[in-house]
Amino acid sequence: MNKYTEDDLKKELETQEYEYGFYTDIEADKFPVGLNEDIVIAISKKKNEPQWMTDWRLDAFRIWKTMEEPDWSNVNYTKPDFQALSYYSAPIQKKQLDSLDEVDPELLKTFEKLGISIGEQKRLSNVAMDIVIDSVSVATTFKKTLAKKGIIFMPISEAIQEHPELVRKYIGSVVPKTDNFYAALNSAVFSDGSFCYIPKGVSCPMELSTYFRINEGGTGQFERTLVIADEGSFVSYLEGCTAPSRDENQLHAAVVELIAMDKAEIKYSTVQNWYPGNSKGVGGVYNFVTKRGICHDYAKISWTQVETGSAVTWKYPSCILKGDYSVGEFYSIAVTNNYQQADTGTKMIHLGKNTRSTIISKGISAGHSHNSYRGLVKVAKNASNARNFTQCDSLLMGDLCGAHTFPYIENKSASSQIEHEATTSKIGEDQLFYCNQRGIDTEKAIALIVNGFSKEVLNKLPMEFAVEAQKLLEISLEGSVG
Amino acid sequence: MELKDKLIASFIAFENKGSVDLDSAIHAIRTKAIQNFEEEGFPSKKDEEWKYTNLKSLLRQDYSLFNKKDNTVDYNTIKPYLISDIDSYNLIFIDGVFNSFLSETTHDESDICVLSAALSKPKYNILIDNYFNTIAGDKNSLSALNTAFTKEGAYINIPKNTIVSKPIQILNFSTGNEKEVLLQPRNLIMVGENSHVQIIERHQNLSDNCTFTNAVTEIFVNKRAIVDYYKIQNDTDNSSLIDSTFVQQKQHSVASVNTFSFGGKLTRNNLEFQHEGERITSNLNGISILKNSQHVDNHTLVEHKFPNCESHELYKGIYADSSTGVFNGKVIVRRAAQKTNAFQQNNNILMNDGATINAKPQLEIFADDVKCSHGCTIGQLDESALFYMQSRGIPKKEAKALLLYAFGNDVIEKIKIPQLKTIITGLIADKLGVNLGFDL
Repeated sequence: MNKYTEDDLKKELETQEYEYGFYTDIEADKFPVGLNEDIVIAISKKKNEPQWMTDWRLDAFRIWKTMEEPDWSNVNYTKPDFQALSYYSAPIQKKQLDSLDEVDPELLKTFEKLGISIGEQKRLSNVAMDIVIDSVSVATTFKKTLAKKGIIFMPISEAIQEHPELVRKYIGSVVPKTDNFYAALNSAVFSDGSFCYIPKGVSCPMELSTYFRINEGGTGQFERTLVIADEGSFVSYLEGCTAPSRDENQLHAAVVELIAMDKAEIKYSTVQNWYPGNSKGVGGVYNFVTKRGICHDYAKISWTQVETGSAVTWKYPSCILKGDYSVGEFYSIAVTNNYQQADTGTKMIHLGKNTRSTIISKGISAGHSHNSYRGLVKVAKNASNARNFTQCDSLLMGDLCGAHTFPYIENKSASSQIEHEATTSKIGEDQLFYCNQRGIDTEKAIALIVNGFSKEVLNKLPMEFAVEAQKLLEISLEGSVG
Repeated sequence: MELKDKLIASFIAFENKGSVDLDSAIHAIRTKAIQNFEEEGFPSKKDEEWKYTNLKSLLRQDYSLFNKKDNTVDYNTIKPYLISDIDSYNLIFIDGVFNSFLSETTHDESDICVLSAALSKPKYNILIDNYFNTIAGDKNSLSALNTAFTKEGAYINIPKNTIVSKPIQILNFSTGNEKEVLLQPRNLIMVGENSHVQIIERHQNLSDNCTFTNAVTEIFVNKRAIVDYYKIQNDTDNSSLIDSTFVQQKQHSVASVNTFSFGGKLTRNNLEFQHEGERITSNLNGISILKNSQHVDNHTLVEHKFPNCESHELYKGIYADSSTGVFNGKVIVRRAAQKTNAFQQNNNILMNDGATINAKPQLEIFADDVKCSHGCTIGQLDESALFYMQSRGIPKKEAKALLLYAFGNDVIEKIKIPQLKTIITGLIADKLGVNLGFDL
């Protein structure tokens, strides 16, 4: 058998380039750098937004100015200079497109490189896609099929024009402008994102998907997603992200709001693969995201995330279990390598009676990276019979990385049952030996063990993503010391 | 005047009153400590470490800082709080003043005496210089405050190869002669190589007046030494206690700190273990049984810096009425601390709505070849077990008490002094409001 040593692994890891690090040469319409009220108004004008939206943005901007950047998380980074960013960058050539054939071929090539050619998607898979490049939504597929069922799936900028009553009612209802520094910033400057509405009793026949990509340098991406599932409906929503390799740090500050009405179910899956910076820790995306969902009676929200990219991740998809018998779930795999830092977790706020929540978090750290789980389980006094199960496991590879857990449990209800457990371990030498002994080389063995470690979460992903996620895990961990 | 200003203003008076030489090292330590306190002030809820414990109402009182007169109590008053059926060394402090009449000290096998003597006599200088305030430091403002006003407390120095023949009891009483009083006892405990000692500590208010105790204890455990430390906290509803205990361990030593919190208005336990060698074992155990509006906050920190060490942490809590329990356990495993075994467990039972538990079990791990885990649960008594017992003729109240007792038994089993175990079981039965008629 070939002698595959740890040094070989290490070398291979260092030479492992970011697969999606290409830059598409599309002419972009980019705003001057800096942020002030004029820019906010200009973004709003550009989008042809109604007055209430402009006011809403300005209000958010004023709130943002009074806020301070939070620094409580367990990550270190140079704070972005918010005046040195461009807050709007759109690929030029944006006229209403009727079919994919009209899309800039350059752009289509980008997608092909990413392995998600829209054309192919359209033919082969059953996924409706909304693609956001540098903050602007460029294509939404399957719109008509969906429209037949009464499902609205479109860029949020269009939704503001076409369904202002829905947007106005729900935007900021789960993540208010005042929520936090980045949410306020996003509210002021978001340029696009996805909007989805599932009418009463409709089960969405296909996976809805948004794909994000930061292309232009020196820009920040601020997209806003709003998903509303009306009574008794069901939707499964996917989100994917990549960015080209750059030396500078790019900023991604998104807001996702989910609203699950009575008996509705939303399944929201994310595969996040922003550029993580090179092996020296230079460059990479700052991923500061606010994601939150609200569950009404008997509703269910399930977050699944695979976090492999970004230099710094700061993300806590949360569930407010407001309705009785509502269910919140959070499944997460966070993989950090080199100098990546991730501080991620969830918040489960139990307010209604007989609410349940499950948290499964798997952290894998390698290289010089740091991986933190930070979660809150809060049970209010009247939330009787609340049930929570939390499990967070960490896997350490090498002795230069760190794994941390910061769980907060606040309980005021005597009838609740809360369990929390956490373990930290490394890949056992006996496990590796066992695999080697059966002719599986070390690298494959690591992949096998990591896959097994993450299985609980990978199983929760929709088919299309599960394959991609597994591949991503392998790429991110290839060559880590076992 | 705010308490902080009052304390700072009284510092000079305190320094002048004491007989401490202004050139001595202790004077320098105190001065630095008061400066630190002045900068930091009391912690507020904004401080992450104090997120769940609010000192505001405690700090509003107008505390008397110095005794106007020496108070005495007779033996019968303190007897219930003393474990009297064992032979022991006793260090009794009344309102912060050592009472030699009630105490039993020694200088024979080891030094078991008082800190004031150690601070003022030159023969102790070297030990004071090497140990005093070296691990408590000025890390938090409350221990800095204690350092600044250090005057009295237990001074225990066990030489090497000594097994102390009987347990040591440290009791702090407050008589309530003043309406509100602030006490700041300071204990210094040094245990030599291969030695063994058992220590029981208790704070007790003898009246209904308000007492605020800000205690600091430093424990140095030398190579292969064994230390068992028990803290009984069953004070009146007007007494508050902030206890900071720092333990420094050398290789192969075993240190156990057991905390029994059954009473007091507000109790905060800061417990810190620092390792200075390999193959150390640290045990942290605790039971809290609270009712009314009592508040107990257990803050623990174990920092693993050397390989092959172990820490075992087990905290149980039973909370009734509108009481609040806080558990914040932090385990840090540094990069060098390979082969660390660190376990942490926290189990809680809420007896009724209105009681609150805030738990934050934290792990920060920088080494890969370790076994670390923590578990935290919040739940209720098993209804079927309760029903089973009732169906066999055990009244509900007793059945509940039995189940709760069994819940806490893991911790009680770790008590190594039989008489103390009896007393703790008695206290638990008392807290659960039952008389089981047999020894549990």
